[in-house]
Amino acid sequence: MYPSMATIDQTLDEILTLAASHFKVPRGRLSPDDDFFKTLGIDSLQTLDLLTRLEQHFDVELPDYELQGVSDFRTLAGRIQARL
Amino acid sequence: MKNAVDHSQHAVPEGRQTTMNQFTGQSLSWDVKDGVIELSLHRAPCNEIGSRTLGELEKFVGALAGLVAESHALIVHSSLECGFCAGADLRELYQSAQKISKNEARQGVREFLERIHRVMNTIDAAPIPTIAAVHGVTFGGGFELALVCDLIIADKMARFCFPELRLGLIPGFGGIPRLKRDLGNGVVRDLLLTGRSINATKAQSVGLVSQVAAEGEALRVARATAAQIGKFDRRTTLAAKQFIKPIPYEELKREIDIFCELFAQPAVEAGLRKFVESTDAQPYLP
Repeated sequence: MYPSMATIDQTLDEILTLAASHFKVPRGRLSPDDDFFKTLGIDSLQTLDLLTRLEQHFDVELPDYELQGVSDFRTLAGRIQARL
Repeated sequence: MKNAVDHSQHAVPEGRQTTMNQFTGQSLSWDVKDGVIELSLHRAPCNEIGSRTLGELEKFVGALAGLVAESHALIVHSSLECGFCAGADLRELYQSAQKISKNEARQGVREFLERIHRVMNTIDAAPIPTIAAVHGVTFGGGFELALVCDLIIADKMARFCFPELRLGLIPGFGGIPRLKRDLGNGVVRDLLLTGRSINATKAQSVGLVSQVAAEGEALRVARATAAQIGKFDRRTTLAAKQFIKPIPYEELKREIDIFCELFAQPAVEAGLRKFVESTDAQPYLP
């Protein structure tokens, strides 16, 4: 019996919750298609911080090159989902 | 002759040295506490290694023989929030190279590399155990500085990366031979050829990092580790270190040659220009 895998919606929800908590933004202000650079107001160093926290939270590796050009939460969730 | 990196201005590092055991410069400081030398990097924005930092590192290794006489360990860390070290000061490299001929620039780069290799080799061969306590950005030359240490203790938010291939270069401060010394070739190739960054947990799983600390705790863990190391016989510790940690001098020399050959390629100048002209606050990030 395989453990049940998180759905893309669950992954997306966990990303939004983690981002809201860490960057101290109300969860309700974040939407899946938001540009997280703008919504969270983060620079590339903070983006690296977010990447590390996501890797730890989901216990996955997210190579930087897979995230190049990714700026919205939904696409980010897809990248993570592909590694779960 | 002018050098690609303008070390002429900083040949004698400024700084305040109250005793042999204490120094505060513009890029770094050192102190001896409880028999442990603590070398702290503090050059904004993220401890980029340029001519001034190199000059102060040379000052440190010049004092090291005296410091180790009354110390049993060395800890290298950063007091800046951004991380341990973002690597070589590429802005200084590019801007200095623009003022001189290509041949002079290449010669200047070789001289800089030979100087930084002397520093790295001296710390690598230090007759006491050395610990890099790292957090945040540990990229390029910063990664290479960590690699000269006997142990790497990493904050869980640390990230390691060799981004040099993005600029058309290879790591030049001894990174490849020292990474090969510590890790399997598969991991070395992955890090080098993709330029991707890895987190502390991954770095520990491949054998690069010996201990992972909670956020903000790497220096405390390093101090506890240094205290433990201090309980053992000094001569035995040195014998063990020398036995298990040979220094790959021939490969290190070859690395300088390859770096200098690559530095002459037009792609490097274009890569450096792109880096320098980037408006990103941290253009060294992938």
